[in-house]
Amino acid sequence: MKYLLKTDNVVKKFGDFTALNGVSINVPINSIFGLLGPNGAGKTTLIRIINQITMPDSGAVYLDGNQLQPSDIQHIGYMPEERGLYKNMKVGEQAIYLARLKGMSRQDARTQLKYWFDKFDIGSWWNKKMEELSKGQAQKIQFIITILHKPKLLIFDEVFSGFDPINANIIRDEILYLRDEGATVIFSTHRMESVEELCDHIALINKSNLILEGNLIDIKKEFKTNTFQVGLVTDDNEKLYQELTEKYAIEKANFKSLNNELKLNIKLDNDDSTELIKHLNSRALINHFVEVIPNASDIFIKAVKQNN
Amino acid sequence: MSKLGLIIKREFNSKVRNKAFIIMTIAAPFIMVAMVFLIVYLTKANDSKKKTIAVLDQYELLKASPLKDSKTVEYISINNSTVEDAKKQAEEKEYYGLLVIPKHEKIEDIAKNIHFYTKKSPNVMLVESLEEKVEGTLRQLKFKELGIDSEKIKLAKINSTFNLATYTGEKSSKFANSVKVGFGSIAGYLLMMFIMIYGNSVMRSVIEEKTSRIIEIIISSVKPFQLMMGKIIGNALAGLTQFAIWGIMIVLLIFAAAAYFGINMSEIQQPNTDVTQLGKMGDISAKGQEFIKIISELPKLLMGVLFIIYFLGGYLLYSSLYAAIGAAVDNETDSQQFMMPIMFPLMLGVYVGAFSVVNDPHGPVATIFSMIPLTSPIVMLMRVPFGVPAWQIIVSIALLIGTFVFTVWLAAKIYRVGILMYGKKPTYKELFKWLRY
Repeated sequence: MKYLLKTDNVVKKFGDFTALNGVSINVPINSIFGLLGPNGAGKTTLIRIINQITMPDSGAVYLDGNQLQPSDIQHIGYMPEERGLYKNMKVGEQAIYLARLKGMSRQDARTQLKYWFDKFDIGSWWNKKMEELSKGQAQKIQFIITILHKPKLLIFDEVFSGFDPINANIIRDEILYLRDEGATVIFSTHRMESVEELCDHIALINKSNLILEGNLIDIKKEFKTNTFQVGLVTDDNEKLYQELTEKYAIEKANFKSLNNELKLNIKLDNDDSTELIKHLNSRALINHFVEVIPNASDIFIKAVKQNN
Repeated sequence: MSKLGLIIKREFNSKVRNKAFIIMTIAAPFIMVAMVFLIVYLTKANDSKKKTIAVLDQYELLKASPLKDSKTVEYISINNSTVEDAKKQAEEKEYYGLLVIPKHEKIEDIAKNIHFYTKKSPNVMLVESLEEKVEGTLRQLKFKELGIDSEKIKLAKINSTFNLATYTGEKSSKFANSVKVGFGSIAGYLLMMFIMIYGNSVMRSVIEEKTSRIIEIIISSVKPFQLMMGKIIGNALAGLTQFAIWGIMIVLLIFAAAAYFGINMSEIQQPNTDVTQLGKMGDISAKGQEFIKIISELPKLLMGVLFIIYFLGGYLLYSSLYAAIGAAVDNETDSQQFMMPIMFPLMLGVYVGAFSVVNDPHGPVATIFSMIPLTSPIVMLMRVPFGVPAWQIIVSIALLIGTFVFTVWLAAKIYRVGILMYGKKPTYKELFKWLRY
């Protein structure tokens, strides 16, 4: 697999506090990479190192196989969690200024900005001052500014905070579109549903250390417990429960259904469920049978707990 | 355009497009000129009313040479009256004042017992000139009593003014010294004003970027050092623009207003020429010629070059400290605790300049403070018109540049860490820790 960005054993200390302790991540090209971790784990520090806002004490960052250069900032678009723009500067002027700081020419910046303003249908904002816009509108401008210079690496820190559901959807679609157009996205968030929805790869940082990294599907396979959730329709739920307790490791499950069936989670030694289905089928009517796949949230909580 | 250029341009534009800045730029000269003219006008209006002074001369001291009326004062004698009646009369007729010269045997007793009554406390200048006149007459009397020929005294009067010069032959005079102090002080105060106004503006601009949270986006595109320097230079350019506009406007306005109100410029310098016309006009024109001569003898080129060097050095030094403070705090209120170390050397420079340099431009205090980097821009600028040895200038500039580099490095470090720190009010200890990050 080809990687757009690699960090190699990055260490960063603030005084006596170690913010990152030898973190190495590999971000595959053209993927959406979720950077996860509890508050204060070191995500923002890592992102700032990738953006060359802070320098690592040791270790290195590689973009496209080469060690990160000051000139690489033009290939990176960064939308920080704490964000804002100059309040008394006009929207269009401000966007062009920030794009030019990223190395774009005035003409290119103007053309690109027009394109995005037309796409979002917000042409009338061009000459408004930032302070005249609502928070949601300002966030939209912020998003456009982040992607204006067509960076190949996009870094979003809690991108959806501050957006209403409609605008959050628009932004999500744009992120997917940019990925399809060839961009690589690093996505730092606490919102596990958006990780589930968007990310191909994840890395989990806890207490300054990388504790988990890889393809989300592979990680899910690794974290699955060969547990199957079943719904069994019988005359006597209690009797069947007693009988199955002797044969399998079971516990009561909880899911919504129409009948008063016996709901169980059954844990097997491996993922071969043929025998289980045969047995259950002989004892009751199976109206629900599904393998329990851990979601991102489960993985997050489990991994962090184990690590602690 | 380079990134630094872009930042300078933005800082400059955002500053000069600011409404408060535009209003200040246009209004300040009007306010200043209006105030000067108001004062002059009021003084004139005050004087233009002719004052009447009643004189009750019981000794008949002034009989031989009565007080002469002038443009602004007229004298009326009151005879054969008691002091109380004269007072009543003066008050009824609304005279400005009543001068009472009592009758005594000895001239000394007369001198001690002269009274001047007025409704309100009198104009000091007027009283002084009256005193002078009466004293003169009394002195003549005393001369006569002692049998001294006053004509001979006049002839015996000899004036001597020392011709001051240095060993190398450079002429100086007390007047020349005060002209030099004037030039030095203008340069020093100008620098102090500039540092305080625009240094503060750099700080506010840094705080604004922090509170609006745009800072992280900017420094993902440029180095914090570039941003800081861009701010300092952009604000300085805006400041120079404002100063230039002020200078031009004030000169134009003074001439315009002078023409409009018909106020003679020479009167502004001598607003009170009421009782005694001592033939000062001749004096003034002589001073004027001397003034031009002194200016032509000043090391103008050196002064100009040094003014630019110290102005830039001083401004850059202080404004980088202002930038660091701005980066360290979240809002302007918190910045107060760090202002002391900036204001203290600035004030010290001005006070040393105002006292030590004026008293002894080459004394140890003035010399030392013109070397210490934080005070040197102001103090040295004040000393330069007096002629400073080359080695002192070199040492002073070398120290200034060295400190400037060190301060910018220090400020950049604090700036780099501080701009991303939110929430807590930093202590000096913490700032020191940031230097290690």
